[in-house]
Amino acid sequence: MSKKLLVVACGIIAAVVMVSGLGLRADEFTKDDVDRYQDEFMSVVEKGRKLWGSGDLGTNGVACGQCHPNAANTHPETYPKFQKQLGRVIVFGEMMNWCLQQPLEGQPLALDDPDLIAMEAYARWERRGVALAPGKH
Amino acid sequence: MTDSASRRDFLKGAGAAAAASTLPLSMVKLAFADPAQDFTFAYISDSHIQHIKGNEFVRNWDRGLIRAVAETNLLRPKPDFVMFGGDLAQLGTKAELDHGAEMLSKLNYETHMVMGEHDYYLDLGEYWSRLFGDQHYSFDHKGVHFVVLNSILTFDEWTHERWPTPEQRMLEMAALDNPNGSPFMVGEKQREWLRQDLEKVDKKTPLVVFSHSPIQKIYKGWNFWTDDAEEVQALLKPFDKATVIYGHVHQIQYNQIGNIAFHAVMATAWPWPYPESYAQAEQHMPVLTVPMNRADPFFERDATGWQFIDVATGRVAMDYNLYNNTNRRVAFDATKGHPVDTAYQAEADRIPPQDHY
Repeated sequence: MSKKLLVVACGIIAAVVMVSGLGLRADEFTKDDVDRYQDEFMSVVEKGRKLWGSGDLGTNGVACGQCHPNAANTHPETYPKFQKQLGRVIVFGEMMNWCLQQPLEGQPLALDDPDLIAMEAYARWERRGVALAPGKH
Repeated sequence: MTDSASRRDFLKGAGAAAAASTLPLSMVKLAFADPAQDFTFAYISDSHIQHIKGNEFVRNWDRGLIRAVAETNLLRPKPDFVMFGGDLAQLGTKAELDHGAEMLSKLNYETHMVMGEHDYYLDLGEYWSRLFGDQHYSFDHKGVHFVVLNSILTFDEWTHERWPTPEQRMLEMAALDNPNGSPFMVGEKQREWLRQDLEKVDKKTPLVVFSHSPIQKIYKGWNFWTDDAEEVQALLKPFDKATVIYGHVHQIQYNQIGNIAFHAVMATAWPWPYPESYAQAEQHMPVLTVPMNRADPFFERDATGWQFIDVATGRVAMDYNLYNNTNRRVAFDATKGHPVDTAYQAEADRIPPQDHY
């Protein structure tokens, strides 16, 4: 598509939206929208729970849940924080990666890897209701 | 006390080469008016030997058990016997039970076994029993009556009908936080056996009961729980001095219910969080318990340890000898009528690492 055509197309779309009042305004969403956002989130939490109990993340069959049932003792509400053994301030995903590499004898994931995000979503969901405490040891 | 201190010194010295991480076993001393009757036994528990494939097993858990066995063999004075508190295996397979049995075979002492759920739910204890014998039994040793219970049974429907394969049944029970799991219980048949067994025993005889799960109700979601705990406790009630020692929880716990003192032992494999650190849990940790330190995963054997248990009056005093932490001593206080931690019991004496959240 040429630049000129693109500009024309955008102009038409903008005009249609403005004229027809499709409601695509940033501050407007319905209860259905909110439910959908929550469902999307919970499906990722559910994926995270499965990964948390999976022996396939590392190489030795060990699962996160063996030491951290219900993701307890992971304290996601305290990150970022100074991890004394690493000597710097890290995010929660870096601590999960440490566990993937050591007790699970596996490889770390990229911090935006959907699996790592799912596990973080699960750990935070299990921790819901607990006050944020960044930096707390 | 002098005894346990010197034994600890011995281990610290003699074990310097071997002692790199934990001493994940329990040393039990039973002392009576007649010193000739004093004796000790060691306690190792929850090794969770986990098969990967072929001849590979999870190294971390293997090291925990190998170490416990080696340390136990160094003990002087020699313990009279060793208790193994259950969950030798992770998924109850022959490979895991055989590998675990092979490691335990290095013990220089007679060993008594307790059944754990990870040993049981693949074949309902069949192979375990072929290796180790009865799943519940009692024995007398130098004036103490010992009872071993299989406390990890559950409803017949869950055990026999719910799952399409034994492998799935094992996996469902193996995941501690699995809502598809089922509460542990001793069961009516075994309680009747226990009633008859205890009938013959003088109620002044010190009684020590070994179970895998706590014979008390702490948190149902992780089976820190035995469903018929009250019924079992009622059978122990007539005894002047009853003590229950249990595994499963992988952490320091102690409690007193009526005449019955409760003590948990450490795992050789890994520590578990206290239920209070699961924000969604309704739990009832005994208020007496001063928790172990929060585990530091960077130390592979942290939050496991070994214990002297000294029963000078027929009551337990447990010395937790913790490799990566300051040792702990939890002793029955006759004036208070329950166990207390001799250093940390008072709120003001606790230290920040004991704060679990």
